[in-house]
Amino acid sequence: MTSTGKVSRRAFVVGSAAAGGGLALSFAVPFAPPASAESTALANEVNIWVAVKPDDTCVIRIARSEMGQGTITGLAQLVAEELECDWKKVAVEQITPGRNLASKRAWGEMGTGGSRGIRTSQDYVRRGGAAARMMLLEAAADDWKVPVAELTVAEGVITHAGSNRSTSYGKVAAAAAKLTPPDPKAIALKDPKSWKIAGKPMKRLDTAGKLDGSKMYAIDVKLPGMLGAAIKDCPVYGGKISSYDESKIIGMPGVKRAVKVKDSAVAVVADSWWHAKAALDALPIVWDEGPGAAQSSATIAEHLKDGLTAETTNGGRQNGDPLKAIAEAAKKVEAVYSTPFLAHATMEPMNATARITADKAEAWVPTQNAEASLAALSEASGVPLANCEVYRHDLGGGFGRRGGTQDYVHQVVAIAKEFPGVPVKLIWTREEDMAHDFYRPISVCKMSAGLDADGNLVGLYVRVSGQSINAWLSPGQIKGGKDERQLQGLSEQPGDAQLGYDAPNLAIEYVMRNTHVPVGPWRGVNTNQNAVYMECFIEEVARAAGKDSVAFRRALMTNHPRHLAVLDAVAEKAGWGTPLPAGVHRGVAQFMGYASYSAAVAEVSVSEAGKLKVHRMVLALDCGHVVNPDQVAAQIEGSVAYGLTAALYGECPVENGRMTSLNFDTYEIMRLAEMPKVETVLVPSYEFWGGVGEPTICVVTPSVLNAIFAATGKPVRSLPLKHVKLV
Amino acid sequence: MAKLNVNGKVREVQGEPDMPLLWVIREQVGLTGTKYGCGVAQCGACSVHINGEVQRSCSIRLGDVKPSDKIVTIEGLSRNGSHPVQKAWLAIDVPQCGYCQSGQIMAAAALLRKTPKPTDRDIDEAMTNICRCGTYQRIRAAVHMAAGMGTGSGSVAPAQRRRA
Repeated sequence: MTSTGKVSRRAFVVGSAAAGGGLALSFAVPFAPPASAESTALANEVNIWVAVKPDDTCVIRIARSEMGQGTITGLAQLVAEELECDWKKVAVEQITPGRNLASKRAWGEMGTGGSRGIRTSQDYVRRGGAAARMMLLEAAADDWKVPVAELTVAEGVITHAGSNRSTSYGKVAAAAAKLTPPDPKAIALKDPKSWKIAGKPMKRLDTAGKLDGSKMYAIDVKLPGMLGAAIKDCPVYGGKISSYDESKIIGMPGVKRAVKVKDSAVAVVADSWWHAKAALDALPIVWDEGPGAAQSSATIAEHLKDGLTAETTNGGRQNGDPLKAIAEAAKKVEAVYSTPFLAHATMEPMNATARITADKAEAWVPTQNAEASLAALSEASGVPLANCEVYRHDLGGGFGRRGGTQDYVHQVVAIAKEFPGVPVKLIWTREEDMAHDFYRPISVCKMSAGLDADGNLVGLYVRVSGQSINAWLSPGQIKGGKDERQLQGLSEQPGDAQLGYDAPNLAIEYVMRNTHVPVGPWRGVNTNQNAVYMECFIEEVARAAGKDSVAFRRALMTNHPRHLAVLDAVAEKAGWGTPLPAGVHRGVAQFMGYASYSAAVAEVSVSEAGKLKVHRMVLALDCGHVVNPDQVAAQIEGSVAYGLTAALYGECPVENGRMTSLNFDTYEIMRLAEMPKVETVLVPSYEFWGGVGEPTICVVTPSVLNAIFAATGKPVRSLPLKHVKLV
Repeated sequence: MAKLNVNGKVREVQGEPDMPLLWVIREQVGLTGTKYGCGVAQCGACSVHINGEVQRSCSIRLGDVKPSDKIVTIEGLSRNGSHPVQKAWLAIDVPQCGYCQSGQIMAAAALLRKTPKPTDRDIDEAMTNICRCGTYQRIRAAVHMAAGMGTGSGSVAPAQRRRA
């Protein structure tokens, strides 16, 4: 591989490592037409974001990935709002990373994680829409030889009232494309409170193809002469292949050959994926499992427990002297909580298709980070970046699994290189997907609190011991041994993931305890675990103080008005304090992540036999601006299912160094029958741009656990609930 | 060589008797709307209708399908997305990523064919497919809406089928 590829990959990693970290990559966003765009057929490209067809169809370019979260629709709404086009005539075109690279990253960062799809694009896509509108108006003004200030525009129709003339975007687009674009800094964007397209519950632009089987996911790609590949990586992390006996599968239907992939995996390539999979199952493989094979859930638990008393910490915050305050307090509360490894289990398993020749590399990929896919393609193929292209497909679920790592792209390229010019589609089995995830990191948390005689919090001490995502994926993010990312949601700093409580004496500490298991961002990342710890423990403290759960929290939140407003909104909507049917109990939680504020109230009952039923959940969210309230509601509803699944069933036990839950029979997923009624309360403050896809998951589990506590009088301190005897 | 009746069309397919119907549909027939999710009949992404019954095609062997069995995939459910379930799914914007929705729609269509006015309990029992995006609340609402359209008739008659 040339050095170009490696340097570029490093540059990309800067962008992808920001996922969940709130970092933004800076880049120039020009508004001139790109030098080498394969223009949208028949459309006049006004600028990089907008091309207009003669029939007035406005083609809006999208650089971020769509994995169900509605980002395509939301971004198109923002551009269309400033463009003043007819929403019924909007089409979208997705930019490839090769095209972005060839245009000097004109479309900016493509990575879609950390709930950044809209909030970190919104400014420049709106300016793109506004600039296009200004150029289209100027073209009409030039044509009519009237001052542009005399023109008005609505739904893509430009009018000059003075001369009673009108035209449409499609008619002036060709002339507009030749004009000098306005200075983006000079563009005045609309006040979001005056929005007509953005801010409204527009229907998604991408639904139709999901209803009749016509939408092509990457797993559905069909290419002439394509081969299928199935793969097995060493089930023990860090292990290798000792040997495999290819002779045992040669002659099986459709089989071409077995291919060793790096030093730990073997793939079988055949005329179809099923033939490859059947042969792989029959392939004798001997693994060199390595030292990881000695690890198990029990050894990992011991390792984490050690971190609870370790002297050296890896980041945190402190004010006052909490240990002293707690020691001297009238009443003390102590608890140790734990949360397990979790798999993403996207419905579409990992897959990718590649076609590699000596001087060209192409890949068809479901990716949250198309630029990372392109970099992986170049690095693994040895083909320079400029000769690589990734055709990105909307994902059948992402949840953080398909971001910067691109392990499956590295694999498919290694396989396809053995068949030059022939497209090879690699699909992981569900079992492979569950065995080789980048799991939500495991952790334990010890907390203690002190109350004075009046039940006021005088000291709070929090010690998290667990695995670090940065240590596995982005060690460069750990500075001087400090890794604040694992304390997401417990931060002192406002803006992104601030703890909404103050205590006169407070310490929050992280101790890194890494394992051999790969870890990564999982929808909501570390807010999930930290919200369980903080919100369930605060509940224990509130009950020890003999105070109402909401009132006790409110007293700690006086310096956090936005957190408080969302808590108040959820309490009001849920009818906090009002009577409930016999046997139904409420629990509450609030937390912050991805620059957004979330709160939830759960209503549950626990039967005499200990069976849990979650009846209703009310969630409130302040994400600043709301681009599409119906899609925000959809994300909140979905976050309940994702969060509840984790609470009820989620765990990835480790035995002999490997995962043992390898399909949905053991890694259970919540079904429709268990879905509570979800009500959402949007509390937009119009003061900032917060994320939507991830923020609310973290309040789901603690609100349910706190409701169980209310029902049974016993706190739940470990997950999943399927192992907890509730009564 | 085996004969399969898929979406009203008889097709010749090549496959060993133990090849799952899912992979025959996807790789031999070339209809990719039916999805692979688990391979063990847990998730329902591969749901198709066989003689009007919803079935998980990943766990049905080609050798167990008769040439006379009428298989309907998502592509054959209706012409132009006109099945009440598809219309309700569109009206409520049910899908997020969409990957599981072919199976969800096939399950819902089969439910409504048998139970044109399902209760919540009927929906709980029939709609057991996994959705990781968590669209369950909208699925429930859309099934009720489709039932309200009054034509929970399942798959369309062969004469109407054109797609695929």
